[in-house]
Amino acid sequence: MRVRAGVPSGAEPARTNGHGRSAARAALRRLPPLMAVLVLLLGWEALVRLRGIPHYILPAPSLVARTLVERWDSLLPSLWFTLRLTLLALAAAVAGGVLLASAFVLSRRVERALYPLAVVLQVTPIVAIAPLILIYVQSTTAALLLCTWIVAFFPILANTLVGLRSADAHLRDLFRLYRATPLQRLQLLLVPSALPYFIAGLKIAGGLSLIAAVTAEMVAGAAGKETGLASRIFEASFRTDTPKMFAGLALLAATGVMIFWAFNALARMLLGRWHASQRD
Amino acid sequence: MNATAASPLVRLHRVDKRYPNGALALAGLDLAVGSDDFLALLGPSGCGKSTALRVLAGLLPPSAGRLQWAADLPEEVDGAPRLGFVFQEPALMPWARVADNVYLPLRLRGVSRDAAAEAVDDALRRVGLAGHADAWPRELSGGMRMRVSIARALVTRPRLLLLDEPFAALDEITRLRLNEDLLALRAEQGFAVVFVTHSVYESIYLAKRVAVMAARPGRVVAELPIDEPYPRLESFRTSARYNAHCIAVSQALRAAFEASRAGAAASA
Repeated sequence: MRVRAGVPSGAEPARTNGHGRSAARAALRRLPPLMAVLVLLLGWEALVRLRGIPHYILPAPSLVARTLVERWDSLLPSLWFTLRLTLLALAAAVAGGVLLASAFVLSRRVERALYPLAVVLQVTPIVAIAPLILIYVQSTTAALLLCTWIVAFFPILANTLVGLRSADAHLRDLFRLYRATPLQRLQLLLVPSALPYFIAGLKIAGGLSLIAAVTAEMVAGAAGKETGLASRIFEASFRTDTPKMFAGLALLAATGVMIFWAFNALARMLLGRWHASQRD
Repeated sequence: MNATAASPLVRLHRVDKRYPNGALALAGLDLAVGSDDFLALLGPSGCGKSTALRVLAGLLPPSAGRLQWAADLPEEVDGAPRLGFVFQEPALMPWARVADNVYLPLRLRGVSRDAAAEAVDDALRRVGLAGHADAWPRELSGGMRMRVSIARALVTRPRLLLLDEPFAALDEITRLRLNEDLLALRAEQGFAVVFVTHSVYESIYLAKRVAVMAARPGRVVAELPIDEPYPRLESFRTSARYNAHCIAVSQALRAAFEASRAGAAASA
């Protein structure tokens, strides 16, 4: 009696049984958004062709696609630059945010001293700070990196801080009862408790850092070799090269979506087995 | 009772507990727990039952008075803590499988996974969850989660088990079953128990002694022995003797409630 019947002893049996069906169901789930995008693109193409809209006003998707291929040599290094800027800033934001959150958790005094500064950095629009940073920092790339970092680090800091504080009170008692060392407490209680919050912060910061990387580059108005997609879009707009503007935009959007997918996959990998946020 | 008085396993000696806001949660609390004891702490909410339990566990330092363990009982017996604690909620780690949750106390004491495997299996089998070692907490029912929590508390083979209203959130049938199982586990392993509850019936079915507490300030106002032999069968619940205990304990609880109200009026 003691053991309730019908409760799987792990998640595996249920998953392997319905594997084929669940794969089909997953494909079915992706169908509506794909259809929506397809309908949108076809409508756009038809509109441009039937109305004869000139390509410098609104290029058809097919022209944007062709431009992507033909200008790939100019676009690819720019994409790489923007992507590298985004990911480097994000990595630095993760390091800074997690370190600062840990310091805040260890000492209320440090938190009281530094948290207002972090908030000031966060609430001041990056577009307004960027020109100053460009004056003070010699290397343009370093300046862009700093701007992007400022935007990306706050969500990581704020979320990790909440996460570290959200460990279950009874579990904290239990760790005290069994005389856990500070390292055990960190490894076995605080880090797993903070993980879902940290990942939520990472998702926000991932999107924001791409936006910040583009914004900072636009403010910098940088030209030359070491520039990203923002500069390509600007240059194209000066020459009324609308198809190339769209091509640059398409690459930015694709990059953003890829970052979003990557972090969703990471969340599934780390939290999938136990956290409520990952349930279907 | 006599053995208890002669050589208690642990005792609270004139313990006061004052919270930072000035409220006196416990006042001059004397409590002795024998090595074979089953003590139920019963009282209205806010009477300091849980506070008393946390002081006993060493989780809360008393403002005055002493927590005193038997001199011959070191803090750890064979590397394991001398007490286990079961909270109001199961308080499992949702990111760890059932077996890893039960392994936690041993892991925190530095026992390797291999060395702990037997103890973990044994604890799970005793609470009736032998087949669920690899399950995740969220896959279990409320009663099963509480069983995992009990297995975790018992995996170190403690001398004293403290339970803080552990079954209050469960349905009646599950609670009765867990009560029976708790008595069976105690018969097997021979640990002492301090059990906080607000249920008259639960306290009588389980305990050797019921200490009734009153609030403002928290103190023991009556102690009633339940001199009934173990194992206590289902028939005990329907016996006239059980009924008589219920009446006596209920009256004591009513008096404690009145005393609490008087305390509130006096301090107002």
